[in-house]
Amino acid sequence: MLKQVEGSQAVAEAIALCRPEVICAYPITPQTHIVEGLSKLARTGELGNCQYINVESEFAAMSACIGASAAGARTYTATSSQGLLFMAEAVYNAAGLGLPIVMTVGNRAIGAPINIWNDHSDSMAMADAGWIQLHAESNQEAVDLHIQAFRLAEQLSVPVMVCEDGFILTHAYERVDVPDPDQVDRYLPAFEPVQMLDPEEPITMGAMVGPEAFMEVRYLAHHKQLQAIDVIPELSAEFETVFGRESGGLIKPYRTEGAETVVIALGSVIGSIKDVVDELRDDDVAIGAIKVVSFRPFPLAQLRDALADAERVVVVEKDLALGLGGIVASNVRMALRGLRTPVYTVIAGLGGRPITKQSLHRVFAQAGADEIDDPHFLDLDLAVVDRELARAREKRRSGPIAENILRDMGLVGGKLG
Amino acid sequence: MTQRVKFYQTGTFTVGNRLLDADSRTVQATLDRSNSLTSGHRACQGCGEALGARYAMDTAMRAAGNKVVAVNATGCLEVFSTPYPESSWQIPWVHSLFGNAPAVATGVAAALRAKGRTDVRVLAQGGDGGTVDIGFGCLSGMFERNDDVLYLCYDNEAYMNTGVQRSGSTPATARTATTPAVGAHPGNTFGQGKNMPLIAMAHDIPYVATASVADLHDLEAKVTRAMEISGARYLHVHVPCPLGWGSNPCDTVKLARLAVESGLFPLFQAEHGAVTDVTPIRRKVPVEAYLRPQRRFAHLFRKPPDTESLAAIQAIADRNIRKFDLLGAGGG
Ligand SMILES: Cc1ncc(C[n+]2csc(CCOP(=O)(O)OP(=O)(O)O)c2C)c(N)n1
Ligand code: SF4
Ligand SMILES: [Mg+2]
Repeated sequence: MLKQVEGSQAVAEAIALCRPEVICAYPITPQTHIVEGLSKLARTGELGNCQYINVESEFAAMSACIGASAAGARTYTATSSQGLLFMAEAVYNAAGLGLPIVMTVGNRAIGAPINIWNDHSDSMAMADAGWIQLHAESNQEAVDLHIQAFRLAEQLSVPVMVCEDGFILTHAYERVDVPDPDQVDRYLPAFEPVQMLDPEEPITMGAMVGPEAFMEVRYLAHHKQLQAIDVIPELSAEFETVFGRESGGLIKPYRTEGAETVVIALGSVIGSIKDVVDELRDDDVAIGAIKVVSFRPFPLAQLRDALADAERVVVVEKDLALGLGGIVASNVRMALRGLRTPVYTVIAGLGGRPITKQSLHRVFAQAGADEIDDPHFLDLDLAVVDRELARAREKRRSGPIAENILRDMGLVGGKLG
Repeated sequence: MTQRVKFYQTGTFTVGNRLLDADSRTVQATLDRSNSLTSGHRACQGCGEALGARYAMDTAMRAAGNKVVAVNATGCLEVFSTPYPESSWQIPWVHSLFGNAPAVATGVAAALRAKGRTDVRVLAQGGDGGTVDIGFGCLSGMFERNDDVLYLCYDNEAYMNTGVQRSGSTPATARTATTPAVGAHPGNTFGQGKNMPLIAMAHDIPYVATASVADLHDLEAKVTRAMEISGARYLHVHVPCPLGWGSNPCDTVKLARLAVESGLFPLFQAEHGAVTDVTPIRRKVPVEAYLRPQRRFAHLFRKPPDTESLAAIQAIADRNIRKFDLLGAGGG
């Protein structure tokens, strides 16, 4: 059914359609509206016998998910930013135990300095925890990916993280087609765990494993991710048959035919990038874009194929590996290893800094002429940075950096004097 | 007909099953016990934790018609019972992390509720470190929600699994690897203590009790009582650790008893935040009798002995005795 609805509400409704049996919730902006929506659905009985647990921390949320999933229940939680890091140990543990938990990450920056706005630092920090990680471009895709996520998780016994940009998607009202319950039921069969805690068939889960078997156990977890490379497109194709809409998959190229420059990005920013590509194409610039839906597993072969004819690649990413550069770009270089194709990194949108079409035009032009620094920090105010560096050189106790910068920009001058 | 048994008949307070009629014997003494934690595990000789867990689990299994799911925190019990690919557990058992056993148990209980499996009961267990320190937040959350979980803490008063480091449950002056017996104030400092059973009671949960491997009948009775109740329940079991305490493996039960009889480890039950039952001390002993056989307290008995510390520990015991009326001044 078509609705004009907030992204979080649409995701809450999609989760409800997946008939979860246990939901663990802890508030953190910007994911909170999802669990709030679900709490209402649980109270009004729309979730049937689903158990909605308000826990005391994200660590407990993921831990309760672990217990519930190990006992054979379809289990869901959502978090963001500090919350994802607070549960980190349990995030790894859920994957290690092969529990098909589905979690939404409403992507948000990580402090200090504390910042509630969108970037991808949080999910990137957990990229190698053993979870499948899917990134939504729009609220429609967020809805669709969650439905696919349960199917994928349960088929492979692996947890799946669906990432959607905080505020940009979670708080945006847009038209979303929320599927009919019978469609979802046709697509998503009841959860049948490969193993569970059951007094009729007692098993030991989470035993201690030493050097003699640990490598093999870890390899098999990697193997599961590689299996997902095949399963994700299959499930996406099946989704299209049932729901009549294309959604998901590993990557999604946009106007890459004959493109000399190909831009790669994750999540909602691909929307602005596609607009810029359209405008540049109108001006006969040979440029295209690729959306990476599945960041884990990372579709190495698919990207390499899709980039075969590209003369250069520009990765626009909302994260920063301090002391290195781009995380997504490093992954893309892995896909292109052995080739000469230059891969430029554009670090953009950290802590919610707007990524404007104007700036994208500028940076794509620079990259197209192979005149771009790498990594390039989009819209970084170098003058401000240089002045702060000068202050720090001048005086050891030069004051809090963020405050100095805001004062420098004249944003708080009046208040702080 | 139940016999009235005086357990001190052997002169040592030893609980002699052979003196009892069949109905009053421990679950452990029965042939059809579930043997949930079976033999072959790798606990040290004389491990109080292994002893306590075996009794507690079999009793819980008996009470639940053998339908129990157990969640275990990281720690000695977890490590010695499940060296891959072996497992001593004959029940469905899951180990997740050091600090999350109560929350994992919450999840298991929720799944069972969602599936309408009211017949299966959930137990969570961990050491003192996993309970009073790193798992404290999760445990308090589980209490506050009153989830249907029986949590068992096996208190051996230190992080034993990692090589005997201090925990929030380590007694004052005890030597551990991180509170060495050197300097002006050797061993653990005199802090405020962290009385987990009282903290559990402050949550007003339906059942809180302390137990000890000194009195396994009592331990079984308390597990049985706990299993009659639903909601969050907490049982704190005192379990000597020969390795960590520097005690003789054959003295585990004796030391546990001296802890009780000195007043350092009071045995009581509480329901909904109020004490309902206290086990009186039958023959009071000075704390020194409990401390002296343990090498972790050896520095108290150098020449000259640390009389100040000994007096301070005795004062703790005396305060317990007054607080819980352990000498039965109020009757009994
Ligand atoms: C997050 C985390 N921190 C530290 C450890 C290391 N660790 C494992 S078991 C343990 C001590 C366990 O002590 P306790 O809970 O008292 O159980 P015991 O071994 O004494 O029975 C520690 C510190 C860990 N596994 N995980
Ligand atoms: S170290 Fe202590 S608690 Fe651990 S197995 Fe040995 S005796 Fe038991
Ligand atoms: Mg301990």
